[in-house]
Amino acid sequence: MSHPQNRLDHPEAAAVFNKDEARVDWHDETLWFVRSKRDRAAAQIPEWESLREAASQIKNHVLSNMHDLLTEFETKAIQNGITVHWAADAAEHNKIILSILQAAKTKQMVKSKSMLTEECGLNEYLVEHGIEVIDSDLGERIVQMRGEKPSHIVLPAIHLKKSDVGDTFHKHLGTTAGATDPQYLTEAARQHLRETFLTRTVALTGVNFAIAETGGFVVCTNEGNADMGVHLADVHIASMGFEKIIPKAEHLGVFLRLLARSATGQPITTFSSHFHKPRKSRSGRPDQQIHLVIVDNGRSRQLGRADFRNSLKCIRCAACLNTCPVYRRSGGHSYHSAIAGPIGSILAPNLDMRQNADLPFASTLCGSCTNVCPVKIDIHEQLYKWRQVLMRDGHGPATKTVAMKTMATVLESPRLYRMAGSVGRGVLRFTPALIENGLNPWYTQREMPTAPAESFRDWYVKQPKHE
Amino acid sequence: MNVGLFIPCYVDQFYPHVAIATLRVLEAVGCTVRYPLNQTCCGQPMANSGYAHLTGGCDENFIRNFADYEYIVSPSGSCTLHIKQHLHGENATHETAATAIRSRVYELTEFLTDVVKVTDLGTLMPKRTAPIRVGLHQSCHGQRGLHLSQMSELMAPPFSKPVQLLKQIEGIDLVTLDRPDECCGFGGTFCVTEEAVSAKMGKDRVADHLRQGVDCITGVDVSCLMHMEGILKRTGSSVKVKHIAELLTNTL
Repeated sequence: MSHPQNRLDHPEAAAVFNKDEARVDWHDETLWFVRSKRDRAAAQIPEWESLREAASQIKNHVLSNMHDLLTEFETKAIQNGITVHWAADAAEHNKIILSILQAAKTKQMVKSKSMLTEECGLNEYLVEHGIEVIDSDLGERIVQMRGEKPSHIVLPAIHLKKSDVGDTFHKHLGTTAGATDPQYLTEAARQHLRETFLTRTVALTGVNFAIAETGGFVVCTNEGNADMGVHLADVHIASMGFEKIIPKAEHLGVFLRLLARSATGQPITTFSSHFHKPRKSRSGRPDQQIHLVIVDNGRSRQLGRADFRNSLKCIRCAACLNTCPVYRRSGGHSYHSAIAGPIGSILAPNLDMRQNADLPFASTLCGSCTNVCPVKIDIHEQLYKWRQVLMRDGHGPATKTVAMKTMATVLESPRLYRMAGSVGRGVLRFTPALIENGLNPWYTQREMPTAPAESFRDWYVKQPKHE
Repeated sequence: MNVGLFIPCYVDQFYPHVAIATLRVLEAVGCTVRYPLNQTCCGQPMANSGYAHLTGGCDENFIRNFADYEYIVSPSGSCTLHIKQHLHGENATHETAATAIRSRVYELTEFLTDVVKVTDLGTLMPKRTAPIRVGLHQSCHGQRGLHLSQMSELMAPPFSKPVQLLKQIEGIDLVTLDRPDECCGFGGTFCVTEEAVSAKMGKDRVADHLRQGVDCITGVDVSCLMHMEGILKRTGSSVKVKHIAELLTNTL
């Protein structure tokens, strides 16, 4: 498919990824292991399917009451002493963050995991403006050192083996060449990040859930890196897509039970940190600022698309990535989008149809994603619907459109269909080289079916009782 | 029962023996079966490629061929699902017919278990001479779309309509797969547009069956089976690939 920027489409990138089959096997098995852990964790909750339904209904309610919930949240957050910013798009989000850093008179920031900042290209923007950003999530730190993007929204460095991490740390942190011992490498990362935490005055976190009722928000991590950054900083910036809102604190009981089980098969994330008010000093005066940036960046547009609005229910657990047989065998980078996998493929076209027209086709429509989703997003149905929108709006290659029109003409006519079938079988029987050659992608790794002399219909009309 | 036999286009052209086995099994359980002679394709290849707006002609042809049948039965979960979800008429009269068709179209195994309610298929068929080890491939559209069997993603009681039928046939030894319901990677035009991933998925699925020492791989969709058969043949394997109708009629 056509694409303005110099990058590979999903099938091209996937073909490159598949050149190392042993690595594909390793990637597939690693993620299948996570999917299996999810299955075991979910099976221990007798009411699992009811929990999914409850989460889905709460999120449906949120989508239908977005305005009221957001304004309620803003009011409460301001009462709590939080400074609330609204960003219409990625550019405005990035500008707001820069202005907060400038006001704090610092050129350094520590950041825990936030897929929203990846979506907004925040790191690149800040670097261009002379700000040094250190990602404190270990996986994100590893890919940041390598100049890569996260390949997975929960496990950003899942595409890397221990040896890759060892090489990266040797280059950037001075660890022993060839070292692959996880404990040794983790310790090196810990010392490096500790220095970062102690010296940064501004820390940015993502937001997993923002609670309209209380004006507070929750950040979930396994490494405690969000807390380390925030507790040692004078300024806490939190960036959230506006769909992160939930109505009440009691709803956290539904989402926190689903999130980690769906993501990694853990009962709950190691840290579920609740932030309500800026930290106060012993004298009772605030000695910290909290800035919350609420971002739209196309979410209003998606909310207005009847067929695609419920993609905004997503809680970013990545269960759909782990279960996706295509994701597991093509790797996160093949999706050329901040969010990879099935959910990314229904979110990305909303941001840029032309750039992302290949992504809804990176699926067999097997439906595993939809059924593993803890908030019941009909992901594979939306992949199908995006295909229709994209082709109708002319985002497909002209050759494909011509081929499809020809195919439709043949298949809607019984006479042309029978003629084409007869010719096709004849070619395959008598001159197979016309089909069994390097130009036929089927034939690269698969044999063609054996062509019979007669079709079923040919046989059927010859049966005495059917005459 | 008056059944219109809906044979997917590629089965008509390349797998006539599967269509014959389907006809035989339906007649064996007492159905009156007719094959409407002007049927072609359900339109799924265009629709899944993003060209559903080009399937009007196929829809109209399907309605013309099948509007008069009490039941419409097909040896394909995928094509059945497509008709069930996407068949529409070009005007109000045809839409009424399309709506009726959508509620009367069945995949073969669900028709046998849910409508015919067959419990003794083995007694109606020729006996098998030697037992065989069989791996059942769960085709996704049949399984997750038509709910022919429980899927591993849901925390819900297990069931399987294809297994319910295979258990009625003596001498079929069903194996347990490491990944019971992973997609084979066929995916319609996906098999050529995403050739690398499609072939890798197929190889991995076939390898699971081979690890269990199967003599035969079966399933409810010839498309998935054609894909896996293509991979097996390329490696020179002697493992057979048969549609479930062929196993049920013991025409192996």
